[in-house]
Amino acid sequence: MKSLEELAKIRERMQNKVVLREGQANIRVAVGMATCGIAAGARPVLNALVEEVAKRNLTDKVTVTQTGCIGMCRFEPIVEVFDGDKERVTYIKVTPEKAREIVEKHLVGGNPIAEYTIGAAEK
Amino acid sequence: MIRSHVLICGGTGCTSGGSQAIGEKLQKEIDRLGLTDEIKIVRTGCFGLCALGPVMIVYPEGTFYSHVKVEDVTDIAEEHLLKGRIVERLVYKETEGLKMEDVPALGETNFYKTQLRVALRNCGVIDPENIEEYIAMDGYQALGKVLTEMTPQEVIDVMKKSGLRGRGGAGFPTGMKWQFAAGNVADQKYVVCNADEGDPGAFMDRSVLEGDPHAVLEAMAIAGYAIGASKGYIYVRAEYPIAVHRLEVAIGQAREYGLLGNDIFGTGFNFDVDVRLGAGAFVCGEETALLTSIEGNRGEPRNKPPFPANKGLFGKPTIINNVETLANIPQIIMKGADWFASMGTEDSRGTKVFALGGAINNTGLVEIPLGTTLRHIIYDIGGGIPNGRKFKAVQTGGPSGGCIPASLLDTPIDYGNLTRIGAMMGSGGMIVTDDSTCMVDFARFFLDFTVDESCGKCTPCRIGTRRLLELLNKITEGNGTLEDLDKLEELCNYIKANSLCALGQTAPNPVLSTLKYFRDEYEAHVVEKRCPAGVCKKLMRYYIQPDVCRGCTACARKCPVGAISGKVKEPHTIDTNKCIKCGACIETCKFNAIVKK
Repeated sequence: MKSLEELAKIRERMQNKVVLREGQANIRVAVGMATCGIAAGARPVLNALVEEVAKRNLTDKVTVTQTGCIGMCRFEPIVEVFDGDKERVTYIKVTPEKAREIVEKHLVGGNPIAEYTIGAAEK
Repeated sequence: MIRSHVLICGGTGCTSGGSQAIGEKLQKEIDRLGLTDEIKIVRTGCFGLCALGPVMIVYPEGTFYSHVKVEDVTDIAEEHLLKGRIVERLVYKETEGLKMEDVPALGETNFYKTQLRVALRNCGVIDPENIEEYIAMDGYQALGKVLTEMTPQEVIDVMKKSGLRGRGGAGFPTGMKWQFAAGNVADQKYVVCNADEGDPGAFMDRSVLEGDPHAVLEAMAIAGYAIGASKGYIYVRAEYPIAVHRLEVAIGQAREYGLLGNDIFGTGFNFDVDVRLGAGAFVCGEETALLTSIEGNRGEPRNKPPFPANKGLFGKPTIINNVETLANIPQIIMKGADWFASMGTEDSRGTKVFALGGAINNTGLVEIPLGTTLRHIIYDIGGGIPNGRKFKAVQTGGPSGGCIPASLLDTPIDYGNLTRIGAMMGSGGMIVTDDSTCMVDFARFFLDFTVDESCGKCTPCRIGTRRLLELLNKITEGNGTLEDLDKLEELCNYIKANSLCALGQTAPNPVLSTLKYFRDEYEAHVVEKRCPAGVCKKLMRYYIQPDVCRGCTACARKCPVGAISGKVKEPHTIDTNKCIKCGACIETCKFNAIVKK
């Protein structure tokens, strides 16, 4: 270690990796990962979310987690976004591509993508 | 991409509970389920709740699993890690029968919510064998700061202002110690870390070394800069294999990253650390004996003065700091002396780690601001006394400390208060006893330990403690007289005043404090030839309650010495002269008619 900058670089690189252990961040993204979800392809969705969140340096604001079956198996893979006191947003039939879009538009941009939500499907 | 961290406690407590095998099995399950790239297992240091071990936390959910067994691993992997369903039966619920949605978050449980983790901040959070995780938690920033922005005197001034006192026992102000050593001119000076934690029931230093070894290394380098030393030694007992291993890994990594060695941060400052293993002699925790041992001699204390800060290791100026003391230092540098001094009391700043053991529900490690009352630690954090028994006393400071009775439970804990009531802070062991403990026997236990551990160099300790033990044995065997109690007290004071080192000077404390607070128990042994707690075997009487005895003759047939007599279907009696107190009759009796008195 020849300089403080070197130390700062390691610190920055590693902080993303240990931030998980501070528990849940403000925004929680839950992926339905019961048998129905996994069968419908929830695993690639989960991985896409985790990757995209890390890529955009959102790990201190967004926690990606799993949840069980919420009883709407025909809509799996389901992704729900909980953001503080705001009403939760439920996305259905999510694909890895849609997942990345959700991160970009909803989590970063702050605008839920209405057409992917359960509300749109029930119309 | 890792989406979840599973933290498994790799402290000595959980490791002996099988956490190593649990970790290996979990890794296999993760691989089998194809989750290798998604889930990372981290072996951390102690979480503190040793009574619940082996423990595991799954992040980001923060699910706290307790009493995990190897058989549970498949469930955790398949249910929680794969499908996101928390395994409810393993979740620590604090209160039995609580519904899942009411389970408090770990930080909100009674055990954790009033704790303030400074020395233990990284224990149970980071992987101690990965220097980069320590760096992520602002590790080595403090060293960088002192080397690039501060003069050695400024570092010492911060330490003085913070009010940090030695956490190893005596409570000497750390900044002052550094100042003495810095003021001496010498071609070589040394920084020594005392990790020879010998008190029965104390394990905070071990936990810091196992959970956050780099904090100790960083603090030693800071100390080296402050006093002008380029060499450090960590004296750690060989009975701590996990701590020794992690220290060696940490030193290796720190050297590799250039955080130990020559020209650290390009400032021209050199500092390196070596580990010295102690063979487990209690006396080597005494600083001069420790130095003698590092020098390669038999671990015996030497006279003070000269103090080590003037003439220490190999005759050179040396500072000796305890593990927990050191663990506080990087944060004092980063957050400032005022931050540290804002915690604790006037006389004792900061926090202190205590190892809770004995008759208490939450056996484990707690860190609280000084000034917290004993009652809060034992009842709120410790969860009280198990099995519906009554609190009797708490022993602080191990064999060097004293016991504190129920009447003093509301004493705020700090260095001054504990000394005033005849106990001492010591290294922070806290052994809780309930009403099934005989206080005479309790004092005898500690004396037995100090007699074994006395190095023999000075007469008051070598012979005095042995005579003390003999007197205590005499009393517990029912042969004591009231005169013996006075003799005990006189001898105690003599040993305290005349012993060479702290081992002898503090060895009588358990006797003096039990005599002070539980004199009635001593008197019961001496006058009534009775042990009120029913512990001292020689004073025990077995007795058949006539109204409960059915006269089944089972006990009479079982008694190996024929001490029980009586007619069939009539209450039996025990001839106490013949009885050898083996307890066979109690085990045999189906009606619980036989009691010990």
